[in-house]
Amino acid sequence: MDWNLIFTRAIEAGIGTEAVIYALAAIGLNIHFGYTGLLNFGQAGFLAVGAYGLATMIATFGMPFWVGIATGLLGAVVFALLLGIPTLRLRADYLAIVTIAAAEIVRLVVRSVALRDTFGGTDGLEAFSDDFYAMNPYSPGEYGIGPIGFDHRTMWVLTVGWVLVALACVLVYLVMNSPWGRVLKAIREDEDAVRSLGKNVFAYKMQALVFGGVVGALGGFLFALSRAATQPDLFSTEITFFAYTVLILGGAARVLGPVVGAAIFWLLLILVKTGMEEAVNNHVITFINVNQVGSINYMLVGVGLILLLIYRPQGIFGDKREIALDAR
Amino acid sequence: MHADAVTTRKAAALAAFEGLPTEPGTPKPDPILVIDKVVRRFGGLTAVDVEHLEIQRGAITALIGPNGAGKTTFFNQLTGFDSADEGSWTFNGKQLKGVPAHRVARQGMVRTFQLTKALSRLTVMENMRLGAQSQRGENFFRALIPGIWRGQENEITERAEELLERFKLAAKRDDFAGSLSGGQRKLLEMARALMVGPELVMLDEPMAGVNPALTQSLLGHVKDLREEGMTVLFVEHDMDMVRDISDWVVVMAQGAVIAEGPPDTIMSDPRVVDAYLGAHHDAPLSAEETEEQLQDAEAELESEIEEKA
Ligand SMILES: Nc1ncnc2c1ncn2[C@@H]1O[C@H](COP(=O)(O)OP(=O)(O)O)[C@@H](O)[C@H]1O
Ligand SMILES: [Mg+2]
Repeated sequence: MDWNLIFTRAIEAGIGTEAVIYALAAIGLNIHFGYTGLLNFGQAGFLAVGAYGLATMIATFGMPFWVGIATGLLGAVVFALLLGIPTLRLRADYLAIVTIAAAEIVRLVVRSVALRDTFGGTDGLEAFSDDFYAMNPYSPGEYGIGPIGFDHRTMWVLTVGWVLVALACVLVYLVMNSPWGRVLKAIREDEDAVRSLGKNVFAYKMQALVFGGVVGALGGFLFALSRAATQPDLFSTEITFFAYTVLILGGAARVLGPVVGAAIFWLLLILVKTGMEEAVNNHVITFINVNQVGSINYMLVGVGLILLLIYRPQGIFGDKREIALDAR
Repeated sequence: MHADAVTTRKAAALAAFEGLPTEPGTPKPDPILVIDKVVRRFGGLTAVDVEHLEIQRGAITALIGPNGAGKTTFFNQLTGFDSADEGSWTFNGKQLKGVPAHRVARQGMVRTFQLTKALSRLTVMENMRLGAQSQRGENFFRALIPGIWRGQENEITERAEELLERFKLAAKRDDFAGSLSGGQRKLLEMARALMVGPELVMLDEPMAGVNPALTQSLLGHVKDLREEGMTVLFVEHDMDMVRDISDWVVVMAQGAVIAEGPPDTIMSDPRVVDAYLGAHHDAPLSAEETEEQLQDAEAELESEIEEKA
């Protein structure tokens, strides 16, 4: 078995494109769920709106790159408003139902045959990332330390990605340690108490939904740009549930929870996957074939999440006492 | 000097009620809250149906009544936590019907809850700070620049510390509110409400579930509110406490106000006696009644069996 390959791939995954995308998705969810208690099950929708806002403006309408970015961000704001206005006054579970459905609607709209000329149907869109890579300061080649390395395009995506993650973390840190963040955390605990103290709960929940959605859309930009293509089926509900796993793994309501969670999640996922593949190829494991590894890997994610919730519900950074307080 | 102020406030409150008739809806000399025909129905049940009620400014008014009389529902209507089916009410002369809960609080009418709502995973100090109004840092963009709100936050913290000291919670300052005892949570909730800077404080069963050692201190705090010029409207079951601290008592039964009066005489009012006894009809039955019911039921069963045969 090639242990070198296994660990190299795992570490690359832990700091790679997927980790960045999921870190952003989970930072957004952390704002929604971790701090405000909003059960958003449609984070995939925010990523899709970001990705398609960008791709459609450039590939279909021939607009400049920054117009695409602005459209994606604005799209996320509008999507949050559309979700929030009817549901944020209702009980928490309504938001969960509506968001999961809305994210699916977004996916079905962009893959629809009727709008094929605009969104590209199931094939999706390409030819929107040239401007992005034209800004790449890395000259063509491989960059890395030892066996761990990325090509210049990936380096550019990762640089932009980790800078965005860092910025998002700084923003989250600042607002969550301010009176604004205090109102959000209080809403998570008991919104009626917050109302009785003169705060407009609806407005705060809406702001949280918009903020977290916009951060999610940043993840969508990177998702599309890193592949130089976007397809509707990349944005299935799976993204949302992985992002929740990442968030719980790292620790909800912690600034760095989603980031560390994303890195560890992808590191472990690829470690186990490559490990299994190597084991099968070298006949260490004989009862499965290489094509079954992927499915088994996802089963292990599920088992891992269950074990996590049982043995460490507070995640890596969380405080057990804080979780225990929830049982009033 | 302090003692002087105490007696004058209490005396002023009592003087205002001097010689008022005890009919429901009696006009008060200087009402802060005036309520007209407030109705709230839940399906077929009319939970609240208050014709007219005035709450005197600067006094402690107790709202009593049997369980299920509609006191909590009435509080919910007045404070915007639930919308009334009919009626209107004014606070300091301003219409409040349809005004959302947070605006009601901002106008200076702040309530607490029967089931205490401590914000468990916030510290005691954060709970307190949350109560302060017009915070610059509560705006998203200003929140990003601590320099804008830090000064105000320090002032708020100072005020919160004073209140915590007074409510004997200073030692718990940095503990999670979820770790406090039931009584301490009640104290915290009251202190937090004061951070809003209210004119009218509405307390829904502030003493419920509080251990006797703390009730005396809670009572003291309620009296202090009046001494500071606030108006208090509170729901309570224990008549000894009501007699101890209230200047005036309003009695509700089955959604309506049935009597008002001074605390010493209100419990002997025949309407009140009726209401309290009436509410106990489903209380333990006597042995004969039980026997009678049993026979009725048996007779019914037999007739049913006969019908089927
Ligand atoms: N949300 C609700 N839905 C249906 N019935 C309710 C609701 N809230 C209160 N009630 C009913 O209204 C009546 C008054 O209740 P409540 O105001 O809690 O009484 P109190 O506070 O005086 O004990 C009770 O009969 C109660 O069952
Ligand atoms: Mg009640």
